[in-house]
Amino acid sequence: MTGIREGWDDKKIEEIVGNLLRAGVIIAASVVFAGGVLYLFRYGNTHPNFSIFRGEPSDMRSLAGIFHEAFILRPRGIIQFGLLLLIATPVARVAFSAVAFALEKDRLYVVITLIVLTVLLFSLLWARA
Amino acid sequence: MHHLNTTEFTLVIGLGALVAGFLGALTGLGGGIVVTPLLTLAFGVNIRYAMGASLVSVIATSSGAAAAYVKEGISNIRAGMFLEIATTTGAVMGAGIALRLPTAVIAIVFGVVLLYSAFQSTRIHPELTPDNREPDRISALLRMDSTYPALDGVKSYRVHSVPAGFGVMFGAGILSGLLGIGSGALKVVAMDQVMRLPFKVSTTTSNFMIGVTAAASAGVYLRQGYVDPGLAMPVMLGVLLGALLGARVLPRTRSHVLRLVFSIAVTVLAIEMIYHGISGRL
Repeated sequence: MTGIREGWDDKKIEEIVGNLLRAGVIIAASVVFAGGVLYLFRYGNTHPNFSIFRGEPSDMRSLAGIFHEAFILRPRGIIQFGLLLLIATPVARVAFSAVAFALEKDRLYVVITLIVLTVLLFSLLWARA
Repeated sequence: MHHLNTTEFTLVIGLGALVAGFLGALTGLGGGIVVTPLLTLAFGVNIRYAMGASLVSVIATSSGAAAAYVKEGISNIRAGMFLEIATTTGAVMGAGIALRLPTAVIAIVFGVVLLYSAFQSTRIHPELTPDNREPDRISALLRMDSTYPALDGVKSYRVHSVPAGFGVMFGAGILSGLLGIGSGALKVVAMDQVMRLPFKVSTTTSNFMIGVTAAASAGVYLRQGYVDPGLAMPVMLGVLLGALLGARVLPRTRSHVLRLVFSIAVTVLAIEMIYHGISGRL
């Protein structure tokens, strides 16, 4: 379904992008689901209260904290780790697109894609609100 | 809803999120735009937690549905990538603004954006984009002109007004970060009406861009404690399941009927959000 300009390469890349997105989402959702089951076993009979914003505790807000909480199998930590994987999925997609455009020797779009990737990494790793 | 325990709350929220994700994928407007009003108005969730859960679910919707779309060759990957420069920078700025705004103001802005989305989705215009215009210099330089599979065979189209589309996309990014939504409506406007991409190409490319835009503000939200795992879990899983179902139904649906139905629901939510914002109840 692609035109003359977009040949076999684009088609192949689109297929890999599709698989990458699907894999990322399936893995992330599975981790979140597993954490969710544990979460309900542990907190299922408590009463949720989200009406007042307190902000999450620091171990749910930093990468190091989330990794640690997930590693020691705390339900909330596992869910949060799954959500991190989900956030990483589109970032991985952009990173892959940069490689794909490079393989196609499409320099203009390598540069465009790297700009997008830089903004994403900046916001995920460095941006201070 | 305060009498529900965590298990019941999780199941009810998950079901609501499933419906939101389904409609969001079908209309290309994203599930997030319905999730936040639903959580705040029906379940009394603080809007900042609702935005955190919504934003995360938006990434799931986009990536899950895009996986199906890219194989169909409907989305315009080059136009999407170029415009993501505008949406991601806007999203980071929008998230920064959200942290400094009171919840009542966020609620009112949210309502106005909802109203606009509803209005936008009822505007019926022919699916056929006139292709007899002159090729656009900038879109030619960026090689955005492409083809897409229509009902009656493969059609080629030209892309126009790239700078204006880029500007609207920057605005879409700001709103995305500011409200924790995918800003699908505005992204579709930028491509469908400003840049003259075919409607189906606009909605699928929008869906495909939403995840990247949302990821740009998700980092800011996460560090500010907007993402609660207990709330985001049912929202994300529900929206994802709904979006996957929606992506399966999309090729068999008529977009204008859908947009009309969705816009009615969105208008009701919009008025509620503005009313609650003004009366200081959110």
